[in-house]
Amino acid sequence: MGARQRILKLTPYLLLAPGILWLLVFYVYPAIQMFISSFWTGTLETGFTFSLGNWTTYVDALTRYQSQFARSLVYGAAATVICFIIAYPLAYGIAFRGGRYKNVLLFLVIAPFFTSFLLRTQSWKIILGDDGIVFGPLKDLGFLPPEFRVLATPAAVIAGIAYNFLPFMTLPIYVSLEKIDGRLVEAAKDLYAGPWRPGGTIGGTIIGGLVGVGLGLALSYDALVIGIIGALVGTIIGTFFVSESILRVVLPLSLPGVFAGSLLTFIPAMGDFVNAALLGNTQTRMIGNVIQSRFLENNDYPTAAALSFILMAAILAMVAIYAKVLGTEELTSAR
Amino acid sequence: MTDIAATLPADSRPSSAVRAGRYVKDHLIYVYMALAIAYLMLPVAVMALFSFNDPPGKSNVAWHQFSLQAWLNPFGVPGLSDVVRTSVVVALISTIVATALGTLIALALVRYNFRGSGVTNALIFLPMATPEIVLGASLLTMFVAIGRQPFFPTNFVTILIAHIMFNISYVVVTVRARLYGFDRHLEEAAMDLGANEWTTFWKVTFPIILPGILAAALLAFSLSIDDYVITSFTAGRTNTFPIFIWGSARIGVPVQVNVIGTTFFLIAVGFVVVATFIQGRQNRPPKVVDRPDATPTPAAERALAPAAEA
Repeated sequence: MGARQRILKLTPYLLLAPGILWLLVFYVYPAIQMFISSFWTGTLETGFTFSLGNWTTYVDALTRYQSQFARSLVYGAAATVICFIIAYPLAYGIAFRGGRYKNVLLFLVIAPFFTSFLLRTQSWKIILGDDGIVFGPLKDLGFLPPEFRVLATPAAVIAGIAYNFLPFMTLPIYVSLEKIDGRLVEAAKDLYAGPWRPGGTIGGTIIGGLVGVGLGLALSYDALVIGIIGALVGTIIGTFFVSESILRVVLPLSLPGVFAGSLLTFIPAMGDFVNAALLGNTQTRMIGNVIQSRFLENNDYPTAAALSFILMAAILAMVAIYAKVLGTEELTSAR
Repeated sequence: MTDIAATLPADSRPSSAVRAGRYVKDHLIYVYMALAIAYLMLPVAVMALFSFNDPPGKSNVAWHQFSLQAWLNPFGVPGLSDVVRTSVVVALISTIVATALGTLIALALVRYNFRGSGVTNALIFLPMATPEIVLGASLLTMFVAIGRQPFFPTNFVTILIAHIMFNISYVVVTVRARLYGFDRHLEEAAMDLGANEWTTFWKVTFPIILPGILAAALLAFSLSIDDYVITSFTAGRTNTFPIFIWGSARIGVPVQVNVIGTTFFLIAVGFVVVATFIQGRQNRPPKVVDRPDATPTPAAERALAPAAEA
């Protein structure tokens, strides 16, 4: 019996061993190696030498590429906000109004993943083209000035990122909404939770306006125009969609999903370089573009490794804060 | 309030206005959902549409005229059939390996209480929380560091290593979700009826978690076949389908690429539809009433039947 018990005790470790070993060798060790490599000097031809004195690489990298870092942060945050605005009502609709079509709707949300995301991004290039299927006719009809363009601007990059990661925001929110007991909402209504008319309208207008102005300022567009558009959208949402039961029952209960979704959107959005490369121009380069070109075009491994390490450290710090608030289990299982 | 409304005649103005307002409010969410899903599907539709295009030059970004040329000759671009084959082979192998490794981890995590499960959970979560570019970059630095002179050859094998690595976590999370809803009593019943652990696993546990494993495999396959970012760091001179697309994006993506993209999409959708249909037939009657969140019992019972007979 003793031997049998020992085997039973070992079972979980035997089950874990191959997969965990793979992750240790090909995830953990490379991360450590990357940190070591950031202290290298030299070139691919002459070989690299390690010296702790090369910590200056970090200072150089940060000062040289601070605008790209800032851009990644701003684009990532903007895309996350846009994703949330699109995803929440969508997830809400699927969870509470989906009925028997719930699974079909969920499938439609993830269906874009079955196409190459490079091809989808390429499609946006066609859709957003200067004389493409959207702006071409609008320009011909005189609704837009001929020099109007979205492609090769921050707006195109952010729209592309928001598009790519929308399912990552929608699914966790859906999961947390789905768990909500419908009787709680009924109970709230029985206790006179009403439509929250003036509050929703005023609150929606203010929040929408602020988000609009923030986006406008961050992307150096006309903050007033974007702010007014944001305020209008906010007014509509606040007036028609937000009720007291949503605000005080549904929203708080779905916050874990919102946090998980924002994380799953923000992290890949910050590291993204494909959208910036395909939909942007040289003025929209993000830190991912720099890392990629340092690594693959310039073979400048020390700088690239330092940049990657800074990016990863920044993101892990944010994840750690989130995980502290929510618990890792909640985050990982929401996917 | 409600009393006053009830005493008013049904066709009076305020009540119909209120009703109209409520109708709009109730249905606005459907309009919104339709728009959001249209937004999600629009690029896929454009990709499919442009697979029927016949552009005059190399760049396939403006509609010119309808043509079936690319569909009749899908590999009519030099190198395209090779990169598609490489991508499919990489996706198949990495899916099989990652699904096996990930399922074992999921079983260990859900079934056993052991020291280090917290660390394991964190190790599973971290690769998903790391941006792809960092995953790829760190692998490349490791290959460079190991290789020194001569440079460690990045090739087919290094692509596989990377794809298995990033797929494991997704498999664990997907299979684990299925295991959480699992009724342990079914296994206990099998054991009570004389089945040993091995028989119980293959006759009870495995059939029940199989849909979860298949879902994980499908996810792993689609992540692998679509991966550009990590692959670009680990591929060396080996080309995969996404790398081919990236390379041709500057000079113009050939129409054939859209054809293959559309075909992949249709195959994946068809696969899901068939799988859902089969599962739906298996799970139909009788309905589980008392435990709506439990794993579908009929399938479980059928799975249990052979073990019970044994």
